[in-house]
Amino acid sequence: MRSRLAHAGLLALLLPAGAPAFGQAGDAENGQEIFAKCKGCHQIGADAVHRIGPHLNFLFGRVAGSHDDFRYSKSFQRLRNTGLEWHADTLDAFFENPRTMASGTRMSFRGLPDAQDRADLIAFLRHYSDDPANIPEADPTAQASDHDIDPAILALEGDAEYGAYLSGECTTCHQAAGGDDGIPSIVLWPEEDFVIAMQAYKSKTRAHPVMQMVAGRLGDEEIAALAAYFATLEE
Amino acid sequence: MTLNRRAFLGSSMVTAAGLAAPMVLADGHGKPRVVVVGGGAGGATAARYIAKDSKGAVDVTLIEPSRTYYTCFFSNLYLGGFRDMDDLGHSYGGLAANGVNVVHDWAVAVDRDAKTVSLAGGAVLPYDKLILSPGIDFVEGAVPGWDVSAQNAMPHAYKAGSQTELLKAQLNAMPEGGTFVMVAPPNPYRCPPGPYERISMVAHHLKANNPTAKIIVADPKEKFSKMALFQEGWANHYEGMVDWIGADFGGDNVSVDPAAMTVSIDGEVTKADVCNVIPAMKAGRIAELAGVTDGNWAPVNAADMSSKADPDVHVLGDASQQGDMPKSGFSANSQAKVCANAVRGALTGSKVFPAKFSNTCWSLIATEDGVKVGASYEATPEKIAKVDGFISATGETAELRKATFQESEGWYSGITADMFG
Repeated sequence: MRSRLAHAGLLALLLPAGAPAFGQAGDAENGQEIFAKCKGCHQIGADAVHRIGPHLNFLFGRVAGSHDDFRYSKSFQRLRNTGLEWHADTLDAFFENPRTMASGTRMSFRGLPDAQDRADLIAFLRHYSDDPANIPEADPTAQASDHDIDPAILALEGDAEYGAYLSGECTTCHQAAGGDDGIPSIVLWPEEDFVIAMQAYKSKTRAHPVMQMVAGRLGDEEIAALAAYFATLEE
Repeated sequence: MTLNRRAFLGSSMVTAAGLAAPMVLADGHGKPRVVVVGGGAGGATAARYIAKDSKGAVDVTLIEPSRTYYTCFFSNLYLGGFRDMDDLGHSYGGLAANGVNVVHDWAVAVDRDAKTVSLAGGAVLPYDKLILSPGIDFVEGAVPGWDVSAQNAMPHAYKAGSQTELLKAQLNAMPEGGTFVMVAPPNPYRCPPGPYERISMVAHHLKANNPTAKIIVADPKEKFSKMALFQEGWANHYEGMVDWIGADFGGDNVSVDPAAMTVSIDGEVTKADVCNVIPAMKAGRIAELAGVTDGNWAPVNAADMSSKADPDVHVLGDASQQGDMPKSGFSANSQAKVCANAVRGALTGSKVFPAKFSNTCWSLIATEDGVKVGASYEATPEKIAKVDGFISATGETAELRKATFQESEGWYSGITADMFG
């Protein structure tokens, strides 16, 4: 437990004054102020212990009601039994109105109706869970942004230079020279086949987590640009 | 702020217009000059991409002391007998043949006012943009009793090459029923799953050659990357061989005595036949000498990997303090491409596209039993932030694990070609 507390304390030290913590996810500094509403019952950070409510270190990815050394209400025990985990989306729903998820608890908190307040609080709490830089499977610290491209710049569709730039994310794994040991070649594919395959990954019709992740944030014209680039790539 | 391509291109074009003409940053001395320090996954990739994409419009010099670069990634597979050392070695001939001026020397000083890099051999190289990708060095005194003078007795093997070969030789020479001890590093460090893949590979070797030997891991952390996957694998493949001692049980209270070959874990002294000490890490020394570190690491802006201390210095890979990306070869390669695009744009007025980052870390647990974890990231005003991810599941089929391993081999071929041409 010693290192966990030290870790939480370090995170607190690393939180720069005046800087929002997690980009689009919210303003952790404001979240720290909102957390004042929670402090009567919950502790967080170095030296945090259970009080009226459990401590909130390492909350993200945790199954609700799962501290072995805290006596939960029956309502939270039921929540635990559903397997619900705390992530940004479930916390957001819970913070909006805790009673929608667990009624009849000792928790008197009425909720945060403002979405930005909830995002800010989540950003603050996020600092006290695993850091993805150290444990890559840790929860995200930001929400995915919209990578759709404005129709007004669709003139860039098929832009070979843009395709070449985007291809940098592909050629970490796929060999530009066309080798196919372990990972298939994507060089000299007909453009239509390339687009169909990438759109299938994007819609998760094709199964492969890496490709679903990569394709999932490419816009249609970005896929087209990649298709155009790889269709003619020869080294 | 959500960055869309129009906004990014717009700002890029404004910048280019404000510069009046391409290459204005060359400042009257002809071609703009980029100096890259460090020829690993970050530096080699950045040098190659700037030279390749600028088509000769930028002078690129890569400073790297090693003639042959041994990848730290996949070096554990050498310990397990799945790769030869020669498989891990790569020359810089491909980069040199494609326009990168490769200088095998040590960078020993950076003058950010004069914009020069000094080399141990005496040369002084001017730059318009400097890219530092020096990897890691070790924090002095991190493990009481250990320093680099003891690394032959207790190798770290966390910079691949002679140290890796030494650890393998010690492994081969272990007496029957001997004890292998690893002192694992605290966060943050290079390759979060790396020490635990190493334990898997050492266990694989010992199971075949010395099946009564034991492995002890003294770890200052309470948990580690892919923990459930590794622990499942150790139970399935190496039952009873691996004893992992986390912080709760004193793994964060360790000292060593290289002369006596003993390790003290929370006061209990153990005799080790092989002791692999992986100390706490910090950015490679040149980053500190350049004055771009804050504490152990070098803070950077997520959009282009530029140093927060100097817009004309960029820091890539393990040395950077960038946000959510793990310190991995894949991350460094990904960051290098974003940086290369931004640097080329600044120096030549070429288009600069929005930063996108990704990472996947594969680990081998046993023969054809591969697992992976990965994520996508984007640049926010504060840091590189994780937005999505995945991880292998426990209990996957042998066929899927085999395919994952084969995929990792393909990735190795892909990324090394991407780095060295």
